[in-house]
Amino acid sequence: MCLGIPGQIIEIIDEQQMLAKVDVSGVRRQVNIACIVDAQHPVTDCVGDWVLVHVGFAMSRIDEAEAAKTLALLEELGEVEEELRTMRASGGAP
Amino acid sequence: MMKFVDEFRDPDKARALIRQIEVLLERIETVRERPLQIMEFCGGHTHTIFRYGLEQMLPEGIELVHGPGCPVCVLPMGRVDDCVALARRPEVIFTTFGDAMRVPGSKKSLLQAKADGADIRMVYSPLDALALARKHPEREVIFFALGFETTMPSTALTVLQAEREGIDNFSLFCNHITTVPTIKAILDSPDMQLDGFLAPGHVSMVVGERPFHFVARDYGKPIVITGFEPLDILQSLWMVVRQIAEGRCEVENQYARIVPEGGNRTGLDAVARVFELREFFEWRGLGSIDHSGVRMREAYARFDAERKFAVPNIKIADPKSCQCGEVLKGVIRPWECKVYGSQCTPETPMGALMVSSEGACAAYYHYGRISVEELKRRRAS
Ligand code: SF4
Repeated sequence: MCLGIPGQIIEIIDEQQMLAKVDVSGVRRQVNIACIVDAQHPVTDCVGDWVLVHVGFAMSRIDEAEAAKTLALLEELGEVEEELRTMRASGGAP
Repeated sequence: MMKFVDEFRDPDKARALIRQIEVLLERIETVRERPLQIMEFCGGHTHTIFRYGLEQMLPEGIELVHGPGCPVCVLPMGRVDDCVALARRPEVIFTTFGDAMRVPGSKKSLLQAKADGADIRMVYSPLDALALARKHPEREVIFFALGFETTMPSTALTVLQAEREGIDNFSLFCNHITTVPTIKAILDSPDMQLDGFLAPGHVSMVVGERPFHFVARDYGKPIVITGFEPLDILQSLWMVVRQIAEGRCEVENQYARIVPEGGNRTGLDAVARVFELREFFEWRGLGSIDHSGVRMREAYARFDAERKFAVPNIKIADPKSCQCGEVLKGVIRPWECKVYGSQCTPETPMGALMVSSEGACAAYYHYGRISVEELKRRRAS
């Protein structure tokens, strides 16, 4: 819950509601991106960006290297499987 | 992508940092009498420290104290009982993060309540709970909101979304807790002997650097905002020790690649709109701490499960033999608790710190058997 998992924004689902489709290690789900959108980063510019996703919300923009490192760490801590399982099970898939 | 990964577990870098810490420790007078005690507040850090055996790698002049930073661990039994009571109402679909399912209440955990027929569903996100409310307008969907400042923006934004859509069968059972008052409570306790802190990385990502200034300013302790990789933690420890050696105390940000100085504006605004501080909040192991939790503002009363339903608000005291508070403050080490490993194990947790793998006692139990012996030996010598 606390650690967050990296993912890549692949599509904007709803510009108004700031909802995007994010690919997290192959699992695709709907993520709210309100917290990483600002004047310099309008919603439509976010496709392709890597973000740290906490419980369905993108909380921080990261670079690809950071994403890779974080994922490797989570894997070693044994937290990736569980996270992806709940992500799939709770049906947030767009 | 692997090319990025090697760098953060480079053993040469780790060794170099440890060597530099040793050099600094030699300059600190007090280390001859007792080791520096540095607390990592966050359960995520605790997990990394144990997984990579960082504690054994450190010089003798440093002792790590594993803080209360796991929101699942510190949930009091009475709150779990309240959850079970809410979940048993026939109209309710009770939704929760998976982490909370196993936490023991005074009679049952949510997992047991589910087995007994309560409609309890694990969700990944509060947004999934809101989706359930949309789908089942005839039911009341309650989301068990839990966590430090890291998860607060997500629940606040979900409530704002529910408001926009006019969804009125959705509510929060709000158990969010705050980091800063808790660090303050630890600093205020008379038996406290900590010399510095590693501040939680993801909490800081939301709140920024400013809320931690009082630690340095009012209490004269160095504090370093820290990432979650093993080298992040070693580097931050080095930064804390360097401050002590140089007679400085300030907030430093080791995790600037994720933590902006001002935190996350959108997240903080949403939190400020929906939540307000409670006068106090009860923690498992630490007792009641002033202002350490939030509740929903009056304006959002219709999304507040505590106002909407009669929550029993059950108070259950921690068992007498539980010494979590002393472990948390670094007064004793986990294995020195009278019930460690006997009455209190991860399967039958008696205290907060045994509940999840991020709690200090459970971490020792899972990873620390060899290191416990080693640390005992060190302490004795
Ligand atoms: S062994 Fe159990 S009761 Fe003792 S401090 Fe650890 S969690 Fe608390």
